[in-house]
Amino acid sequence: MKRWNLALTVLVALSLLLAACGQATETPVEPVEPAPVEPSEPAPVTPTEVVFERSETLYVSGAAWGPPSTWNPFQPGSLANTTGTIGYVYEFLFAFDPMTGLMTPWLAESGEWTDADTYAVTLREGLTWSDGEPLTAADVIFTFELGNQYAALWFSPMWNYLTSITADGDLGVIFEFTDPLYQEFENNLYNIPIVPEHLWAGMSEEEITIGANEAPIGSGAYLYESHSEDRNVWVRNESWWGIDVFGAPAPTRIVDIRTSSNNVALGMVLKGELDLSNNYLPGVADMSSRGYVQTYFADAPYMLSANTAVLFLNTTTPPLDDPAFRRALAFSINTDDIVNVAYANLVRAASPTGLLPSLSNFMDQDVVDRLGYSYDPDEARSILAEAGYVDVNNDGFVEAPDGSEIALEVTCPFGWTDWMEAINVIANSAQEAGLNIVAATPDYGAWNTALQTGTFDMTLNNWASMSNTPWTLYNLLFRHPIQEQMQSGNFGRWENQEMFDLVDGLARVPMSDVAGMQAACSAIQELMLTEVPMIPLWYNGLWAQFSNAVWTNWPTEDSASPTLPTTWSGYWQLGGLQTLINLEPVPAE
Amino acid sequence: MRRYFGRKLLVYGLTFFLAVTIDWMIPRFMPGDPIANMLSRAALNADAARILYTYYTHAFRLDLPIWQQYVNFWNALLHGDLGISTYLFPTPVVKVLLRAVPYDLALLIPAILLSWLAGNRFGAFAARTKWLDNTLLPLGYILTATPYMWLGILLAWVFGIILGVLPIAGAYSYSMTPHPSWLFVGDVLKHWFLPFASLFLVQFGGWAIGMRNMIIYELEADYSHYLEALGAPRRLIRDYAFRNALLPQLSGLALQLGVVVAGALVTEVVFSYPGIGSLLLAGIQNQDYFLVMGCFLFIIIGVLLANFVIDIAYVLVDPRTRRGMTGETG
Repeated sequence: MKRWNLALTVLVALSLLLAACGQATETPVEPVEPAPVEPSEPAPVTPTEVVFERSETLYVSGAAWGPPSTWNPFQPGSLANTTGTIGYVYEFLFAFDPMTGLMTPWLAESGEWTDADTYAVTLREGLTWSDGEPLTAADVIFTFELGNQYAALWFSPMWNYLTSITADGDLGVIFEFTDPLYQEFENNLYNIPIVPEHLWAGMSEEEITIGANEAPIGSGAYLYESHSEDRNVWVRNESWWGIDVFGAPAPTRIVDIRTSSNNVALGMVLKGELDLSNNYLPGVADMSSRGYVQTYFADAPYMLSANTAVLFLNTTTPPLDDPAFRRALAFSINTDDIVNVAYANLVRAASPTGLLPSLSNFMDQDVVDRLGYSYDPDEARSILAEAGYVDVNNDGFVEAPDGSEIALEVTCPFGWTDWMEAINVIANSAQEAGLNIVAATPDYGAWNTALQTGTFDMTLNNWASMSNTPWTLYNLLFRHPIQEQMQSGNFGRWENQEMFDLVDGLARVPMSDVAGMQAACSAIQELMLTEVPMIPLWYNGLWAQFSNAVWTNWPTEDSASPTLPTTWSGYWQLGGLQTLINLEPVPAE
Repeated sequence: MRRYFGRKLLVYGLTFFLAVTIDWMIPRFMPGDPIANMLSRAALNADAARILYTYYTHAFRLDLPIWQQYVNFWNALLHGDLGISTYLFPTPVVKVLLRAVPYDLALLIPAILLSWLAGNRFGAFAARTKWLDNTLLPLGYILTATPYMWLGILLAWVFGIILGVLPIAGAYSYSMTPHPSWLFVGDVLKHWFLPFASLFLVQFGGWAIGMRNMIIYELEADYSHYLEALGAPRRLIRDYAFRNALLPQLSGLALQLGVVVAGALVTEVVFSYPGIGSLLLAGIQNQDYFLVMGCFLFIIIGVLLANFVIDIAYVLVDPRTRRGMTGETG
């Protein structure tokens, strides 16, 4: 029986030794956090790549929400958690700068409508893939043709109006259309990543549409280097074609970190381990004022606006099928409280048109002045009374004109803390105006199912990102036809043929015809603000906090030509890349 | 002996079957639709959503009748195939787990074993030392009542942010790629230490208190008094008491395993440690049937295996069990 004791003792001793080992090894390595881990001592054995030089590496977070799983540029949106895939590796014909509203030629040198149904693109000279092969018109044609071949690719519906695409020499590409949707097409121009024909031509349908495409080869400024569960590492492409055009980005490496929660990101920002965090950090206003981090604006709202949080109303169920009720609801929501309390001034209240400030020249101020709404509980009560909604049973809440009780739920996914706060504000302020509305937070999955199958009362959604065209937002708000599952918009199933025709009309206005677009938008806004089928509430921020410790020249309101400080998927072509190129290393002291 | 283990194995087999069946059922009966969730994150701007929906539903065989999905599931499972994750599409779940599970084992095994061993030792020691009993055991009570996650945040704050001596996120520095060197090994240990410590400390408190109470109880037992009356040395009595007190602690360990695993999962989220903790959380939120089932499968197998090992250990340390095996009791 002594043996048992002995075994115990040995194990304990061993464990202590193990723990001690852990601490012992750290002591010599330990130049402590903000400083990098010094590779100097064991340098003889290790090649330089295994420990990245802090002064040459950019650490970012907030884009990846799961372990990297796919490098397929056709995996739509954030499904590719390897967010640099589109942007670092694969590029697009154009970029779009939401700050100026201009398309920037990227792979293309120029592009123009030669007539109403023909669009001609000329590529830059000397474009190359990172494996050395030239990038030519053939690659562009191959990429667009994939959409014609495979319905599973997100841009395949474009072929409903695209009739042919042909080469004009090595650098020219001609698109021929019948009845083109100009707005959608020009949006696609900066969203479709161009892939190399010489590597993709031999792939099967499955590889192209859903393959993981490990070790991607593209044409961009960075190359895939490595990944693990919680990071992607990208290394600069020293032979990038764009060095001559745009200049070389300064960081040798970019490490894109996936944090399991925003708290972790907050800690890393405080420790100076992150150069740019695109996470939503609730207390960041305070940290910015105290100078721990930099934000785009030095004062509220600190962040640029990225998308509009819209309260969708299920217009198929009473009382939300009544425009008067919806309008009263719009007056009852205390948007100021959402901005000031729920977000602590990190966001701005939205225009009732829903359009982002970057698209403000498409807002019809006259329509807004006549038909717009803002928090006004008295107005809400009087609209309700006028429409026959009165409190019959004296429970403090109004009943429907037919006497039936009204009980509605406003939802958002559980765990989205800012939205959870926001729907509480919505519910509380609506209750004060006499509307019986309570907040509920189902799991993301349940919420999403309710959203798409139309089994919710009222819910928040913000799925239209920054865009070159107001059509992107209106395509989300008034998506049609109404189907069994509404997966990408009009979740409240508002059926209004007049509006659908207006949105389709907008899609057909050429991008160059600004007056035409404004007229179409005015008509949409007039109808939207009369019927109030949904209520735009506030602009979600382009969350970005950065540090000047290692990298500087981040875009701020004082920059000469500011760009978007973001690493989010889908934003590289909206100025994210330009931000990267503009970065400068802080000189060593 | 054979009959004993035969019966045990049968029970374990049945438990496994039932647990896996429940594991299969629960995610499927959650409200929601995994394919819709997968596509919703894509923010599609065209009719593509509808086309993709049918495409993926078929690819994941979610359009089959539910009984057939169940049969297919067992068939695939027995071939070592856990399906493809929708959340981490198109990565096979097996691959996801193989990458994550080593981190879990590296946290769980040392934390469970060391806290049990050290906790019992310390508890027994404290029971006979008055000043320790009065000072340190209250600490044990506090520790054992602390949620893992909360202690984790506290440790991260103190050692990571205030003192700045230990990292708070990741399994190794973000400035490194894995390579064989002492620098890297040290870095891994450094990142491992805080999550390990938060698991270790909470359990340590629990075991110490348990052992301390057991020892006091055993010292009051008849056999202790009898030995005392016989004039046996105090040390001998303590040894016997310790060994008797160890038995309930051993079965306690088997009972605690599930709780510890759950604790490890939240601890991993706190420290952004790349085990299955945050995977499981994300899997549940995204209705990723396959990933959730895979993670639970790991937990089921782990807990059953550990229980089995404890069963064997019980036979080794408790002579009565061995005697029972040859007799009629099980």
